[in-house]
Amino acid sequence: MSDRHILSLGCLGLVLLFVASLFIGAGDLSFRTIANGEMDGEALRLLLVSRLPRTVAAMLAGASLAVAGLLMQMLSSNRFVEPSTIGTTEAAGLGMVVVTLLAPGALIFVKALVAAGFAIAGTAVFLILIRRLRLKSGLLVPLVGLVLAGIIQAAAHFVAYRADLLQSLGAWSSGDFSMVLQGRYELLWIGAMLGSVALIAADRFTLAGLGRDVSVNLGLAYERVVALGLVIVSAIAAVTVATIGSIPFVGLVVPNLVTMTMGDNGRRIVPFVALWGAILVLGCDVLGRLLRYPYEIPVSVIMGVAGSALFLMLLARRRTAHG
Amino acid sequence: MIEASALTKLYGDSRVVDRVSLTLDQPGVTAIIGPNGAGKSTLLSMIARLLPIDKGRAFIDGLDVTRTKGSELARRIAVLKQENGLLARLTVRDLIGFGRFPHSRGRLTAADRAKVDEAISFLDLTPLSDRFLDELSGGQRQRAFVAMVLAQDTPAILLDEPLNNLDIRHAVAMMRLVRKAADDLGKIIVVVLHDINFASCYADRIIAMQEGRIVVDGPAAAVVTEETVEAVFGLPVMVREIEGQRTCLFRR
Ligand SMILES: Nc1ncnc2c1ncn2[C@@H]1O[C@H](COP(=O)(O)OP(=O)(O)OP(=O)(O)O)[C@@H](O)[C@H]1O
Ligand SMILES: [Mg+2]
Repeated sequence: MSDRHILSLGCLGLVLLFVASLFIGAGDLSFRTIANGEMDGEALRLLLVSRLPRTVAAMLAGASLAVAGLLMQMLSSNRFVEPSTIGTTEAAGLGMVVVTLLAPGALIFVKALVAAGFAIAGTAVFLILIRRLRLKSGLLVPLVGLVLAGIIQAAAHFVAYRADLLQSLGAWSSGDFSMVLQGRYELLWIGAMLGSVALIAADRFTLAGLGRDVSVNLGLAYERVVALGLVIVSAIAAVTVATIGSIPFVGLVVPNLVTMTMGDNGRRIVPFVALWGAILVLGCDVLGRLLRYPYEIPVSVIMGVAGSALFLMLLARRRTAHG
Repeated sequence: MIEASALTKLYGDSRVVDRVSLTLDQPGVTAIIGPNGAGKSTLLSMIARLLPIDKGRAFIDGLDVTRTKGSELARRIAVLKQENGLLARLTVRDLIGFGRFPHSRGRLTAADRAKVDEAISFLDLTPLSDRFLDELSGGQRQRAFVAMVLAQDTPAILLDEPLNNLDIRHAVAMMRLVRKAADDLGKIIVVVLHDINFASCYADRIIAMQEGRIVVDGPAAAVVTEETVEAVFGLPVMVREIEGQRTCLFRR
């Protein structure tokens, strides 16, 4: 099957999921009501104000988080990192706590901006650390990331505890689409738009993944490309945290699945990474609404379970297949 | 043209490259030899702007490597380090295509593709061109990286131990290719070699380094002598002329 075929099949799958997502949930809205033209104002409102935004949010978040994961892997030349395991997401959470403490009434856009600033700082610390320590590959890089993430997380908890914001921090650090409403998720579009820069600059990011020396030899402004990637990854993490909360594993599992089968050439794989990311997150959200109907399980929980299982599987396959 | 004047690299108190001056203005093959840790890779990396220079200056075609735009230099000098390609699940063809990046900035033209094909066949990679790099043997991968550097098509090429991992047939093929690129295409090529016989048979000029300094620099025939090799490596050797090839052999 050619790339194009797979891509169209994937899109079809996403459309089906999209439709399913519109009609699944605790509220009263079935496909039949619409088909029979019996849609009343209440149902229409539910569709437009809640279900549609929720569905779109899941797709946008999934696609951009997966692309952010891929970028992070290219920037650190390591397959086992993603924003939520190296401190980017945690730093965004800390940023939210701090800005909420200092300016509780600020617009969500402003808060996300502050969170992005914190995320950039956290990610920069990670990248500088791995370069200073000359960690190039292997599992040491993600371990350093986990330690850093843990430290930032602890700082966020400390501040949140002091400021009585633990509940909010909980919401930021565990993703959940049930609170998504029209007017509260649109920031995610910014993340998706930044993610599409990854497609435009795909060659440059792919080269960066080959390491600094190869990049510099080929005349790539390596530091600038890394800085651009850093900003994109951090902004995606920040808008996700600010709107729905962090979702683990998407950025790890999806890029690994795709690169394993299709390789590392960004220009070829970025669309696939975005597509599978959208499908995975939307799928998990739909599943979360079905499992204990009419109650919901947050997407971060479903993803935590599904993602860690998938990831362990991938790790085993990668080890045996590619040393 | 490559020019280095008093290049120095310091790590703490140790001068791993110590005031090295060097001019390469003629097409040809120059081999750098010397024991492990002599500073060969460090010297090459500084000339190719991969490492910051602590003292001294390096010029490519008269352009100071520390001040010139990277993309400008990438069309004049290509370098291959000892180890390469961290996240490299690219196909051989894609990798070699990236060698055209300085010229195409990512959009390969028909001429670029022709160069890529040429490099692929030069390095005997045609049957492997659609394989992923991480599914190749060490020597095959090494050849793919050399092909990438060749596709870059620069007047000056620096290769740090390009014979790493190559079997004898491919090692000879690589050196013939290096020779041909210098003779037919007029390229200035610098190769770091550990096998003195390859240096002796294929290089025009041999530079020997020791503890960060150039200790010998001259035509291949003048450098490959028992006294010189013994002095550079601190090892007794025999040098003999075998069917017109000056050959160096260690003593048991
Ligand atoms: N980052 C570093 N920090 C400290 N010392 C270093 C560093 N990199 C290299 N060195 C030292 O610099 C010296 C020169 O290293 P270099 O890699 O240039 O040697 P080389 O001649 O290429 O050796 P080889 O034949 O083993 O490749 C060595 O003694 C090495 O230990
Ligand atoms: Mg070396």
